[in-house]
Amino acid sequence: MFDPVILRKDFPIFEREINGKRLIYLDNAATTQKPKQVIDAIKNYYEKYNANVHRGVYRLSIESTELYENARKIVAEFIGAKDWREVIFTRNTTESINLVAYAYGLHNLKQGDKIVLTEMEHHSNIVPWQNIASLKKAKIYYIPVTDNGYLETDLIDKYLKDASIFAFTHASNVLGTINPVNELVKTAKEYGVITLIDGAQAIPHLPVNVSSIDADFYAFSGHKMLGPLGIGVLYANRMLLEEMGPFLCGGEMIREVSLENSSWNEVPWKFEAGTPSVADAVGLSEAIKYLTRIGIDNIKRHELKLIEYSLQSLIKIPRLKVIGPMEPNDRTGLLSFILADIHPHDLAEFLDNKYGIAVRAGHHCAMPIHTKYGLAATIRASFYIYNTIEEIDILGNALREALRVFKAE
Amino acid sequence: MSSPELDEILDHYRNPRNYGEIENPDIHMRDSNPLCGDIIEIFIKVKDGVISDVKFKGRGCAISQASASKLTEKLIGMKIEDAKNLSRQDILDMLGIELSPVRLKCALLSLKVLKTGLYTYLGQKLERDEAEG
Ligand SMILES: Cc1ncc(COP(=O)(O)O)c(C=O)c1O
Repeated sequence: MFDPVILRKDFPIFEREINGKRLIYLDNAATTQKPKQVIDAIKNYYEKYNANVHRGVYRLSIESTELYENARKIVAEFIGAKDWREVIFTRNTTESINLVAYAYGLHNLKQGDKIVLTEMEHHSNIVPWQNIASLKKAKIYYIPVTDNGYLETDLIDKYLKDASIFAFTHASNVLGTINPVNELVKTAKEYGVITLIDGAQAIPHLPVNVSSIDADFYAFSGHKMLGPLGIGVLYANRMLLEEMGPFLCGGEMIREVSLENSSWNEVPWKFEAGTPSVADAVGLSEAIKYLTRIGIDNIKRHELKLIEYSLQSLIKIPRLKVIGPMEPNDRTGLLSFILADIHPHDLAEFLDNKYGIAVRAGHHCAMPIHTKYGLAATIRASFYIYNTIEEIDILGNALREALRVFKAE
Repeated sequence: MSSPELDEILDHYRNPRNYGEIENPDIHMRDSNPLCGDIIEIFIKVKDGVISDVKFKGRGCAISQASASKLTEKLIGMKIEDAKNLSRQDILDMLGIELSPVRLKCALLSLKVLKTGLYTYLGQKLERDEAEG
């Protein structure tokens, strides 16, 4: 097991003070901080290897291409893909989902087809489908979420039996709920439904093996797992990728171009139009090495300890109301709550000003689930490897102080 | 952090003045602030160029709601022309607390709704800068 206090030393940002206080960073579900190993890898790439990929015959370009393609292999191994060709680099989860919605959905959905989502989706797994549904006159259905934050799994058959696509989150960025992905994919397959999993909140926190889950598509972002901003991944079933047409078009993704038409490059490059962000792919591969060194199982155990402690200690604060499952084993390391009638934005500003605590306030890009619980906004504290029990205690004290300052005792 | 100004804002947040709707208002305008999800809706009755009644509805952070509540108190009996000239500084003076740049949007939402409503009523065009004082 690792010591978060020692790990913190790898993260230069923690040398910063916020309003004269040590930074307590609890917005890891939005993006995580970056260790110096990742920052150095990016710097090193630009200082020693920078060149465009896949085209040069000179040394630098060859090395740059090797680094980029090696990063892809590191990602493939990390997520348990059987073949590195099943890993497509994108900018983020949002782009990965859009790739599927357009390159697959737009070409395969017909009028009246059924797209199934859940009530706990992030906007990035709702809006692209709404767009495709309106273009193709397809219909969207949402699997409901229970009052304590679980998917209504009893209804799965009813929703999936005549569906075309089922897109759902592995772990909710608001409730923390970890969905039973294996079961869900298995049921979808029985009905011949294409599956897409939004893994943005799962890959950084849980051991994930995309081959054993066996979804058709699995999307995630590098920046939520210690990697740089601007690099994301779409894992996809190779057979489907071979059949699918491109998403974005331009350079890199073609084999031959004439003035009349073009033929596509091979998978995965068919889906990577234009010059890719090589340095960020390299940064992501370095982040994966870092995570592998400390061990994803250990990360999960560490977060479980933090969430268990939060559920026990923060819950004792008067007028604090938590949403999501109360069973720590069913959730990732994040906690969304409201405190009395203090508006989350007022509270978040207070926590930042007085305590240097960074938390998220708002609907966290998931308005439908907030609306479902009758809330306009919540505060979300989300943990990662460098957070400690002591920080949760500071948060707890700060929340009690907020009750006094906002006269909400 | 506690101060009389903050206490007053919290009081207006919890007990908003002139809260509700007016039937057949002369001016009715609504807008929202995507950052905090604040919503403000203003209803105004005008008589002889003077604001004779104001009500507002909304939800959101303490600053946005207190700003709207305090603004309605100020508006009743005010000439339309004077209301049109209310500035961002007037709102900040009215609230009397330090605001960070992100929170300015919360504080100024009610002014934006008011001005959009007034200009629409007067059939005049409102420039974007003008709307935020
Ligand atoms: C569950 C979930 N899906 C999708 C996203 C979108 O990720 P990105 O903004 O990196 O595309 C996020 C993060 O904001 C998320 O939490």
